[in-house]
Amino acid sequence: MMMGSNLDLYSQHNKSKVSGGMNLPDWVSEKHMTGTSIMAIEFDGGVVLGADTRSTTGAYVANRVADKLTKITDKIYCCRSGSAADTQAIADIVNYHLEFHEVQTGVDPPVKSAAVVFKGLCYQYRDQMSAGILVAGWDKQLGGQIYSIPIGGMINRQKVSIGGSGSSYIYGFVDSQYKDNMTLEESADFVTRALSLAIMRDGSSGGCVRLAIITEAGVERRLITGDKLPKFYEG
Amino acid sequence: MSSIGTGYDLSASQFSPDGRVFQVEYAQKAIENSGTAIGLRGKNGVVFAMEKLVTSKLYEPGANRRLFGIDRHIGMAVGGLLADARQIVETSRKESSNYRAEYGGDVPLRYLTDRVAGYIHAYTLYSAVRPFGCAVILGSQEPTGPSMYMIDPSGVYYGYKGCAIGKAKQAAKTEMEKLEFSNMNIRELVKEAAKIIYMVHDEVKDKAFELELSWVGEDTNGLHQRVPDDIFAEAETFAKNSLKEDSDSEIDES
Repeated sequence: MMMGSNLDLYSQHNKSKVSGGMNLPDWVSEKHMTGTSIMAIEFDGGVVLGADTRSTTGAYVANRVADKLTKITDKIYCCRSGSAADTQAIADIVNYHLEFHEVQTGVDPPVKSAAVVFKGLCYQYRDQMSAGILVAGWDKQLGGQIYSIPIGGMINRQKVSIGGSGSSYIYGFVDSQYKDNMTLEESADFVTRALSLAIMRDGSSGGCVRLAIITEAGVERRLITGDKLPKFYEG
Repeated sequence: MSSIGTGYDLSASQFSPDGRVFQVEYAQKAIENSGTAIGLRGKNGVVFAMEKLVTSKLYEPGANRRLFGIDRHIGMAVGGLLADARQIVETSRKESSNYRAEYGGDVPLRYLTDRVAGYIHAYTLYSAVRPFGCAVILGSQEPTGPSMYMIDPSGVYYGYKGCAIGKAKQAAKTEMEKLEFSNMNIRELVKEAAKIIYMVHDEVKDKAFELELSWVGEDTNGLHQRVPDDIFAEAETFAKNSLKEDSDSEIDES
């Protein structure tokens, strides 16, 4: 699914109305998007989530160190792509639902429950929203799991999943380089390399790579700054 | 206990001067007239057994069952007014189904019990309705182990290792306390449960009854189901033989 394209139908209208015919920069009227490259991968014992850190309004980089890996519960996180506002709002609602769920059932919420609640919202409000989300985490029943919820509100469990506008450029890389049963460090390295490649090619992705590694022990956050990203052929 | 409410027992929205809601207490009395139902929670599952009183030879066998399935993994045994109980079964099924639609998994028994108890409790708050005249026992095999709860007409519920409702509940509880059933698996429990029902059944007052048995546990892969015919027959025979042995041994003592 292509992300980061101009879905704001009113921006053209606004330009001429506000400026009286003059051409203002697009970021005056553009919605705040997370253009994005996001990725999640399952390994034996947990999951690794990764995302770039560029958040845009049109061509302007509104935040170059954004955190697109959002906590839902202690051991469930999500990668957000699409509209920053929509995805933040949904994540907040899901967090609310799951906190309630945790108190009422007395057990750690299953990753699947978080994903199904996400899907419920994304599907019901599909016409008004622009949200592509990867839900990933660890629970005692099934271990590490990833659920992909692209635009439209479909839900699908996958061992490795990519999303955001930058993902288009790395399907070939991921398809060819993915191996089953990688270790934690191999998985983290794979995600970092994949997202670096996506950042190189996608204008809406950039900055650093953030990782969240979730296991039974908890969550480890890593930040790989732009200068430390793996280098590939740059022409 | 035959106390007269004298004016404070006309609606569920009234307390008596000594702090009782008589309508709820009367509802609990309604259950004491129904056939006995027991639930036993063993090491790896839950067994339900029911003394379903048959008041007419004209009924088809299996009519007016009192054991219900709520979702695939939860069983419910009811005592008291059957029509009231069917409402509760339907509500429980809807709750369970909604949970599955919203959260994508089996409803945890504790959560369902809490919701159903809240629903039952609601009917004890208003004068426009009367409380449910039935108690329900819920049981399930969860990833964390077997669990069983009973809800009474006041909306209060407790988790149980073994519980009984209905006319012979005291006798049934006495029998249960003799057993060490926390360590038994459901194969053994099913026989013991059938035996308890046969033992507490009053031949004089209630002539005919049908035994109902159901279980849920590791051996059934977490699915609640009526006990299969062959195991049912085995349990029933065991129960009838135990009765005979007991009555035989009484004769021998003289």
